[in-house]
Amino acid sequence: MTDTILRRVRPEQFREVILLIVTVGLLGFFASQIPNYFDPRSVNRLTTGLAIPLVVAVGQVLVVITRNIDLSVSSIVGLSAYMVGTLLTRTDGLSPLAALAVAMSIGLVLGAINGLIVAYGGVPAVIATLGTLALYRVVLVEFSGARTVTTADLPDWLNDVPSATVVAAGGYDLRLMVGIALVVVILGQLTLRYLPFGRRLYAIGSNPEAARIAGLPAKRDVFTAFVICGTLSGLAGFMFLVRFGNITVTAAQGLELQVVAAVVVGGVNIFGGSGSMIGALLGVLLIETLQQSLLRWAGVSEFVKDAILGLLILIAVTADTIILSRLREMWVRVRRRDKAQAQERAQVVATGEGEMVHGA
Amino acid sequence: MARDLVRRLWSWEGLLLILLLVTLAYNVTRVTNFLTVSNQINLFQLGIEKAIVILAMAFVIISGEIDLSVASMMGLSAGVAAALFESGAPMPVAILVALGVGAGFGLLNGYFVAVVGLSSLAVTLAGYVGFRGLARLLVQDRSVGGFPDWFTNLGQRGMVGPLTLSIFIFAILAIVATVTLHFSGFGRLTYVIGNSAAVARFSGVSVARTKMVIFTISGLVSALAGVLMAARLGAVRASTAEGFELDIITVVLLGGVSIFGGVGSMIGVLLSTYLVLNLRNGLVIAGITGNTQTGIIGLLLILSVLLPNLAGRVRERLRRRQSDPSMRAPPADLSETARSQTAPG
Repeated sequence: MTDTILRRVRPEQFREVILLIVTVGLLGFFASQIPNYFDPRSVNRLTTGLAIPLVVAVGQVLVVITRNIDLSVSSIVGLSAYMVGTLLTRTDGLSPLAALAVAMSIGLVLGAINGLIVAYGGVPAVIATLGTLALYRVVLVEFSGARTVTTADLPDWLNDVPSATVVAAGGYDLRLMVGIALVVVILGQLTLRYLPFGRRLYAIGSNPEAARIAGLPAKRDVFTAFVICGTLSGLAGFMFLVRFGNITVTAAQGLELQVVAAVVVGGVNIFGGSGSMIGALLGVLLIETLQQSLLRWAGVSEFVKDAILGLLILIAVTADTIILSRLREMWVRVRRRDKAQAQERAQVVATGEGEMVHGA
Repeated sequence: MARDLVRRLWSWEGLLLILLLVTLAYNVTRVTNFLTVSNQINLFQLGIEKAIVILAMAFVIISGEIDLSVASMMGLSAGVAAALFESGAPMPVAILVALGVGAGFGLLNGYFVAVVGLSSLAVTLAGYVGFRGLARLLVQDRSVGGFPDWFTNLGQRGMVGPLTLSIFIFAILAIVATVTLHFSGFGRLTYVIGNSAAVARFSGVSVARTKMVIFTISGLVSALAGVLMAARLGAVRASTAEGFELDIITVVLLGGVSIFGGVGSMIGVLLSTYLVLNLRNGLVIAGITGNTQTGIIGLLLILSVLLPNLAGRVRERLRRRQSDPSMRAPPADLSETARSQTAPG
């Protein structure tokens, strides 16, 4: 029985299934606790909240798969949101696409700095991005002079974007921002799955030494992963500006932890080499659901949020190491046995002895 | 003789000493009475909690791990002490429980890293979020104060002359840490494990136990620093000591401890502690505010790993060119291994 399952499902997919079950169970639980949990307004609010962490998470997955981490994403989001916001208040008639391009370029440059330090400077990613997390935030503080971008100063088109809807059915909307985020997730998944670049990221993350000896452009690929992560954070910064309008110097602070937690909970191995965008999507969904629902659940203080986030990271990482490594062993064993049997069978056929060898 | 001196100054500690002298010179020329005893004590007093945690962090990083949760632990222990005191427990009990919480969670960190075998980055990241979360749960958005006088006096008044308890504790711990790291079996184990955990295990060293001890001490010392901070400030918020891990890790790495483990000295760490205290003071004099200072510390953090890396690579290339002129382009894998082994200093 377990063998049949193991033949069909990879260990990593188990994890996604478990995560899905947990998330659905959680939704069911909160639905029984909170009145009107599934009414269109709250569902729309939940899905809208997903958009920004989702976009950042896609970039983070690319980086984490290569056995690195980018802690500076929240500062990139804040900085690009603030700079584009200021730009829009100062220049009239800047088109939405141009503003978006500026935001993403800012992200690209900041991501490239991270990539240079990590891939070519040989500085461990935690140290490098812990440094740039502080550094980029300070650039924002200096640049802003402690002023705030306010909704009133921003062009009108910006205020229409958050409620812009792609598809609507019975009050449930698929907002434009959520749509964009989903497109980013799909593109990310396709990249990981089908592009040589995506496949190389896995190779680099599971064994950097072997990847380099095999002649993979490891440094360039890690650099590119950081650049993409920065660019997507720039996109998220634009979405942040659009969604909130008021941008202070502390914008998006703490987002990096939520995203790293989501990515780790979503089954992307912190040691690199495994993980998928679908997992990250589930991770973001789980954490966002938990955070928003706890706020609405009477009897729970909002202060419990961070404690739960920490616990989730620990559970996810522990489960990954203990349960998944065991599953992986079982999976490999079944595969090996099947292969051995197939070989034996082939030999039997080849030597012309008619008797089949029975499978265990 | 002169050559010897030059070589000594070229070491990492020598570089730190030069930087320190430059910073000191700047501070002295800009502020009168900068080098007076009371001003120097004041300087230490302002960063004393960080300085205490730095001592423990040096052990963690030399053993090849990292502890991102120290600042959150400081906040949590301060929060535990404050919350217990608020609910009527006597202050000594509250302090002891706070220290116990620190040691307990430190042990837990160590257990997950050393026994379960998780990456210390992931475990202590969970601690970083989780401990702060627990502190928020305890203190919420209030500011808890009104501690007994003897407690706040401990943090604010001098015990002997102008020297506060915190400074005494730091001095004692600094001596203990130096002796332990450089002159005891435990210190040697720390280096061996940091150089190669596998080699250490095959040599019969109990890697797991040593790492658990180090993480427990890291938790305990952070908790102690948190309590001392509560005494000095006289009030506790959930955000107490937020962001301190940046300074703490920066000072340790700046002190010449390799982020890859196995390399570093307590002298270097103490030098860089004093350097960063002076640097922050100099920045204040130059009118640079707290936020920008944090950015400069961030830059310093990156540079303190980047520069030794680049220097090591250049040195390696020069040496190879000298020994074998026919070899123009060094193979990538050699320079790579050299990098991970190159020690600053």
